[in-house]
Amino acid sequence: METKNVMIVGVGGQGTLLTSRVLGAIALTGNYDVKLSEVHGMAQRGGSVVTFVRYGESVAEPIVEEGQADILIAFERLEALRYMHFLKPDGAVIVNDTRIDPMPVVTGAAKYPEGILETLRQGHRVFSIDATAEAQKLGNSRVFNTIILGMAAQHMGFSKEEWLRVIADTVPPKTVELNQMAFLTGYQHTRQTGEE
Amino acid sequence: MLGNAAIAQGAYEAGVKVSAAYPGTPSTEISEYIAKYPEIYAEWSPNEKVAMEVAIGASIAGVRAMASMKLVGVNVASDPLYSIAYAGVNGGLVLVAADDPGIYSSQNEQDTRMVARAAMVPVLEPSDSEEARVFTKLAFQYSETYDTPVIVRTTTRLSHSQGVVHPEERTEIPDKPYVRNIEKNVLMPANARKRHVVVEQRMKQMAEDACAFDINRVEFRDKSIGVITSGIPYQYVREALPDASVLKLGLVHPLPKKLIQEFAAQVDTLYIVEELEPVIEEQVRSWGIPCIGKEIFTVQGEYSANLLRRAILRQEITLETPAQIPQRPPILCPGCPHRSVFSVLKKLKLHGAGDIGCYTLGAVAPLNVLDFNVCMGASISTLHGMEKAKGKEYVQNWVALIGDSTFLHTGVNSLMNMVYNKATGTVLILDNSTTGMTGHQDHAATGKTLQGETTYAINIYHLCKAIGVEYVYEIDAFDIDNLEALLKQETKRDALSVIITKSPCALLKEFVPKGKCIIHADNCKKCGQCLTPGCPAMTKQENGVPKIDAAMCNGCQLCEKRCKFRAIELIPRGKGDKT
Ligand SMILES: Cc1ncc(C[n+]2csc(CCOP(=O)(O)OP(=O)(O)O)c2C)c(N)n1
Ligand code: SF4
Ligand code: SF4
Repeated sequence: METKNVMIVGVGGQGTLLTSRVLGAIALTGNYDVKLSEVHGMAQRGGSVVTFVRYGESVAEPIVEEGQADILIAFERLEALRYMHFLKPDGAVIVNDTRIDPMPVVTGAAKYPEGILETLRQGHRVFSIDATAEAQKLGNSRVFNTIILGMAAQHMGFSKEEWLRVIADTVPPKTVELNQMAFLTGYQHTRQTGEE
Repeated sequence: MLGNAAIAQGAYEAGVKVSAAYPGTPSTEISEYIAKYPEIYAEWSPNEKVAMEVAIGASIAGVRAMASMKLVGVNVASDPLYSIAYAGVNGGLVLVAADDPGIYSSQNEQDTRMVARAAMVPVLEPSDSEEARVFTKLAFQYSETYDTPVIVRTTTRLSHSQGVVHPEERTEIPDKPYVRNIEKNVLMPANARKRHVVVEQRMKQMAEDACAFDINRVEFRDKSIGVITSGIPYQYVREALPDASVLKLGLVHPLPKKLIQEFAAQVDTLYIVEELEPVIEEQVRSWGIPCIGKEIFTVQGEYSANLLRRAILRQEITLETPAQIPQRPPILCPGCPHRSVFSVLKKLKLHGAGDIGCYTLGAVAPLNVLDFNVCMGASISTLHGMEKAKGKEYVQNWVALIGDSTFLHTGVNSLMNMVYNKATGTVLILDNSTTGMTGHQDHAATGKTLQGETTYAINIYHLCKAIGVEYVYEIDAFDIDNLEALLKQETKRDALSVIITKSPCALLKEFVPKGKCIIHADNCKKCGQCLTPGCPAMTKQENGVPKIDAAMCNGCQLCEKRCKFRAIELIPRGKGDKT
């Protein structure tokens, strides 16, 4: 199998690390070589963060480079746009359709871009959801990332049962059921944005 | 397994009994993983020099010991490091040094291999998690065989990447007997002169032996391109040049000269691929071996496979241009006590002589209160230097800003100096009961050990009093009116004073928000005062009325206090509320 390149991007504190660990664990179930690269430290204080996950027969570098990502998982719209150029031409973007203003926007030094989803759609397959709102419906706004993960799972080729098992093994014990529900919410959301 | 977890695992397998460290990205998790092994005594020390010395003491006593720290931590620990290199070890002694190419979380991009060359200490450099485990273990063996401390050098990319690891059982190493040997262990000039000779010989011997070390590995493929590399860059070489011949160095200091000469002789063009400084390259060149290195590679930042494809293969790689969009720099969290203190400093137009920690983020808009920082502990001493240069009046517009962890790291020495040399400045200790920036580690004033056990908590107030500061105050960081009055009073005072602003970091597990603030749009006069401290939970809507994101708000009430029109109200936390 050709190495699969996945990126998870978001805002520091949104919990990209937990999601990447689930991805790492699922790749191991396929007996693949797996490498994962995370961001700790300063950027975790509300900065732009990116995690790389690569799996395949044999993986050398732990990072995904520009133009090589098969899947871009974005926990926030602006961050999807920031890393869009990492995608392969036919790559898929899974994006949480939510907005978090960075400080330059808050102070008025910069403007939050309009029409991000449309920009992303030029040349890429886009799957978007307001996961934060969906998560609130499930009763806990924090599981939005597992909903996004469920959407991404449709593009990664492991069975639903395997995913649910890996989630059960990875997330805190008390939240297993909630996370599995969140996963399924995302998993069932397969419609591509912009196609009715 | 995370690279840092693999280093911990390697130390565990090597039979390490003592580990000491001070947190610092990207090295922090090593200790956090080591703390999980009951067989190892592990601690947070107040700074890296202490950590190194604790490990040295354990080695002298005959057990395997390790210290770990980030690149700049090595500077703090370099005094004991240079000396112990002369004396050598009893139990195996390893320093894990974590460099940060690309400067993800540091003040600079220094290359620990340069320090190691100056200190004459061998350096091992793993290139993935499995090697991190194996090399760490091996480092203890080399340390004992060659009677030297050994550095395991990692980088951010390795420390924070996960790869497949094959753990092994721990080997219990019997303690070495302690034998008094002052010629070796007491570095008086007469002894040190002799030890210098021993150190030179040992490095020479190791360089020769290194030609046969398994970790220095030749991979012959197509011989038109030969690459000497090590660490994470090895992975980029594999990715970009799968057909090239490679000499992969596991030991990057001292270098296996003969092995390198032989390899160089067999390839047409020799490239040296190393991030940061041309440490390998300069030595190879000094032996008269032609090679290509920093004339085509940068000394800055991280490498990548694409960088090698461009530089070596001269491939044109056309990529989509990144979108021109607003940056997202790191910021203080919602409910951060530092923001509250800074809002007062901003109002009083005070300049901050800064230090290293989350509060460094007070340098940028919208707070703009911190003017400079140097290294840990320097806020207090630089303020002192300013006063001595320009006089008392001059520093009445200034305060030193230092965190609790940083104060105990090296700030307290600087404060002693202020007392001793009759300074009159004002020092603010921003005590949030944790080492925040590096991910919330305990320290000597939190009352908890690395393992979370209860211990004595040093009282910073009494500490300042004990060293002779007459005017010491403790105040809640969110008590902004009293803080303002206190600052006005103390900056004018013709004597040294310390103000400890005490409120827990909003990300601490123990932190319980009082509730959440909401906005009553009817009362809002759209003055924007609540927005000036720059809380990320707040945004200004189109109509000018601010909005508070309920999921992000930590209920600190700073915005509420800044609103003169009672448009903001705290909704106290109900029982059972989680978020
Ligand atoms: C010599 C050295 N060691 C470690 C670090 C890593 N580091 C950066 S900030 C910091 C401490 C921050 O703690 P504190 O002073 O309590 O401030 P907070 O982040 O909690 O606001 C550390 C350990 C460093 N920069 N330099
Ligand atoms: S981690 Fe704590 S100290 Fe650091 S910015 Fe957040 S609240 Fe403030
Ligand atoms: S919105 Fe107000 S109360 Fe909530 S964290 Fe921000 S400043 Fe504090």
